[in-house]
Amino acid sequence: MIAVAFVLLALGGACFLARAIGGPSLADRVVAVDGLVVTIVAAIVLHSIRHDTDRFLDVAVVVAFIGFVGTTAGARFIERRGA
Amino acid sequence: MRDLVIGVLAIAGASFVLLAGAGVVRFPDLYARMHAATKATTIGIALIGIAGAVTIDHGAAKILLATAIIFVTAPSAAHFIGRAAYRVEGVTARLDAHDDLHDLTQSERDD
Repeated sequence: MIAVAFVLLALGGACFLARAIGGPSLADRVVAVDGLVVTIVAAIVLHSIRHDTDRFLDVAVVVAFIGFVGTTAGARFIERRGA
Repeated sequence: MRDLVIGVLAIAGASFVLLAGAGVVRFPDLYARMHAATKATTIGIALIGIAGAVTIDHGAAKILLATAIIFVTAPSAAHFIGRAAYRVEGVTARLDAHDDLHDLTQSERDD
């Protein structure tokens, strides 16, 4: 069942990736990358469930926080750049 | 029984993330996409986080911390992007009602 969840997650990540590549505006890309980061955190947790290990959970915490910092930086950039 | 509950929670969470991805691809403008990406991924990561917290013995605190970070930061990140996009690009969305924020920002500029 975890494998099914992985497939669903991969499809969702592919959707986010398509929007991040396709644009059209920079804000769309930032939103898509934010969703991609959440997908990565979910994938790390699923991997930990599958192998019943807590080794990668620190990575999940850090990636979750870096995602917020990156999104905020992107929003600031859009606002400063003014285009 | 326990594995079944964990599997159902994981699949439900992953389905929400997939729904968010579908919304990001299909919705017509930035604000609708942001709406889908923020809310659906938040509930998706919450369900997967519950499944992980039940499964992994010594990792529940870290998983709940990651989930809590996303719960707190996702709305504010969406707010920042929405504000930046509104100020710079303006609203291209189809609005059913009057755009009150436009009037407000215009009157601030006039003062």
